[in-house]
Amino acid sequence: MRRRLAGISLLGVLALTAAACGSGGGGGGGGGSTQAADSPVTITMWTRAATQTQSERLVQEYNKTHKNQVKLTVIPTDNYQPRIAAAAGAKQLPDVFAADVIFVPNYTSQGLFMDITDRVNALPYKAGLAPSHMKLGTLDGKMYTLPHTLDLSVWFWNKDLYEKAGLDPEQGPKTLKEFAQHATTIQEKLGKDGKVHGTFFGGNCGGCYVFTFWPSVWAAGGQVMNAEGTQSLNDQPAMTDVFKIYRDLYEKKVTGPTTKEEQGPTWTGFFPKGEIGVMPMPSTTLGLMPKDVKIGVTPIAGPDGGESTFVGGDSIGISSTSKNADAAWEFLSWTVSDQAQVEVMAKNKDVLARTDLASNKYSAEDPRVVLINSLVAKGQTPFALRFGQTFNDPQGPWLRYAREAVFGDVSKLPQLNAEITKSLQQ
Amino acid sequence: MTLTITRSGRRPAHSAPPARWRSRKVQGWLYAAPTAVIVGVLFIAPLVLVVWMSLNRWPLLGQATFNAPENYTKIADNPLFVDAVFFTLKYTAITTVLLSAVALGLALLVQDRKPGIGFFRTAFFLPGAVGFAAAGLLFYGMLNNDFGPIDPMLQSLGITDEPIKWIGTPNMALFSTITLVIWRFAGFNMLILLTGLQAIPTEVYEAARSDGANRWQVFTKITLPLLRPTLALMLILSVTGSLLAFDQFFVFTNGGPDNSTVSMVMVIYREAFFRFNLGGAAALSVVLLVALVGLNTLMMRRLR
Repeated sequence: MRRRLAGISLLGVLALTAAACGSGGGGGGGGGSTQAADSPVTITMWTRAATQTQSERLVQEYNKTHKNQVKLTVIPTDNYQPRIAAAAGAKQLPDVFAADVIFVPNYTSQGLFMDITDRVNALPYKAGLAPSHMKLGTLDGKMYTLPHTLDLSVWFWNKDLYEKAGLDPEQGPKTLKEFAQHATTIQEKLGKDGKVHGTFFGGNCGGCYVFTFWPSVWAAGGQVMNAEGTQSLNDQPAMTDVFKIYRDLYEKKVTGPTTKEEQGPTWTGFFPKGEIGVMPMPSTTLGLMPKDVKIGVTPIAGPDGGESTFVGGDSIGISSTSKNADAAWEFLSWTVSDQAQVEVMAKNKDVLARTDLASNKYSAEDPRVVLINSLVAKGQTPFALRFGQTFNDPQGPWLRYAREAVFGDVSKLPQLNAEITKSLQQ
Repeated sequence: MTLTITRSGRRPAHSAPPARWRSRKVQGWLYAAPTAVIVGVLFIAPLVLVVWMSLNRWPLLGQATFNAPENYTKIADNPLFVDAVFFTLKYTAITTVLLSAVALGLALLVQDRKPGIGFFRTAFFLPGAVGFAAAGLLFYGMLNNDFGPIDPMLQSLGITDEPIKWIGTPNMALFSTITLVIWRFAGFNMLILLTGLQAIPTEVYEAARSDGANRWQVFTKITLPLLRPTLALMLILSVTGSLLAFDQFFVFTNGGPDNSTVSMVMVIYREAFFRFNLGGAAALSVVLLVALVGLNTLMMRRLR
């Protein structure tokens, strides 16, 4: 049972290590470099499992073509934030680390990233860097991160299932109401043996809700928070209308049977198996889909139309405690170079971190990629300093709110929405 | 150095000891020093630091600022922690009773040396060798409604009509977790009880039998009273471990559904690593530590 002590003793160890490492630290600073000019340097990098494939490709290509090397560590997505927090407390952060873009404002405000304003300003293609990622990586006029990977939420539909259900396989849904109709038709026509379902979503996963439901709100012209990220607007009709449609789908058993219990790690696993008719998916999974599943991609719409997306993914920065700032910057600036963006990212159907390269020799080969690239400008990345603890944390107030809205008691929503606002302001 | 002799001939307490005594005292300190250093660095220093942390606003990087007693006064405003206290106490009570009963039952089953008994002892203990996180994942996989083998098995045997929401409702999530914990720890606790059972002299049993005691009388009048110190040890381990429950809920239920299985340590973890409120987490840790020390002292006195 001693293992159970881990959680509590971790704090003690954390404190001990922090003390042993001495005081100081603090955020920012230009970051000196201690490496000798000619000797190769190995820098350490962390990334989360959700965007592992893209990071691995970039690191492999960099290591193949450069003298300096990058040692990449992939950490399970759910444990990423705690690992960063523990490492920061112990001043054991790697030289560079990628982070879910929505957590970046919190990390910069805690002083975890090094100020790279001057270095970014010197980049010739600075204006082309993905604007939402750059916005969230800027604090008090100083820049701390570069866009690393872009992961957009879009609707995927299974063309084979559409055909079998008598729907037009070349026409995806154009409104959320149409999405619900398509899903219902597939469930009614093909769902009798329990293997195929109309749609699916992560019903016990706060991050899944924001990634897949909020674009429908934005497409309808609504907002989910005020611009400062300090007040929840999730009790407004734009959001409640979206909840109603998903609630109806759940009550009619159009969603997979484990929708309500899905905690997140496996929510994208059902679609590639050909078991789901139409559902919101991360754009990064497009390149990983089996060749034999015919997939259509369309923007997420509001109840009556419009288009939007959650511009997610990772930003990357140099940790404020790194001793290899120059080598780290060499790698970071290479990842957003023409060569890396086109020959590594675009070649593998990934969304580019630079808008000026959206049209390239690979993107034209697949109209779905062109569509996804075009959504970067229409989508949003919500800003809130307390995003993680409010919306992603399983014990945070948002998950309670969303679950009551879709599966539970809607009379509790006003009070729970007030708790979301309270958490955003803490 | 002068030595004052009192009327009774005894050396007064305040007088300096002879050089030989002093060198023996220094030697004693030297012998104890390695242990003292280990205890100081590994046990006392982290505790002092956690207490110091709990009196400060402690950011991830940068300087801490003294804010006592804010971290402590805010505990009552944390409804998640208040709920977690009640949940953890409920979980501890149920787990301890069931675990003790199952472990004692297993220990009695494999108490006597018979052919093949080693196999059963090993089989019962085997889950104890599985890491808690691995055990959580194992149960998550087995009980998963999509790909777990348990539901299809129950349905093919005609016991259930549709998949059971093993972690989908608060009561089932608690039940499933307790099953996991019993599976994981019953064998370990059985081993503790087995050593206690085997320490009871066989002569006592023989005497009881020759006096005409039946099996129940032997169990209640001899086995249980003589097993008391071992049972006390098991109870203390079980209660302390259950109050510090973390892995099983973190990996298996993730605190859900709807925060119904959030333990106290999970709240501490959340405060530290999701809310980055290290000072607040340290305050919660100190409160839990004090409560545990108090409870263990009480149990030691009662059960000794």
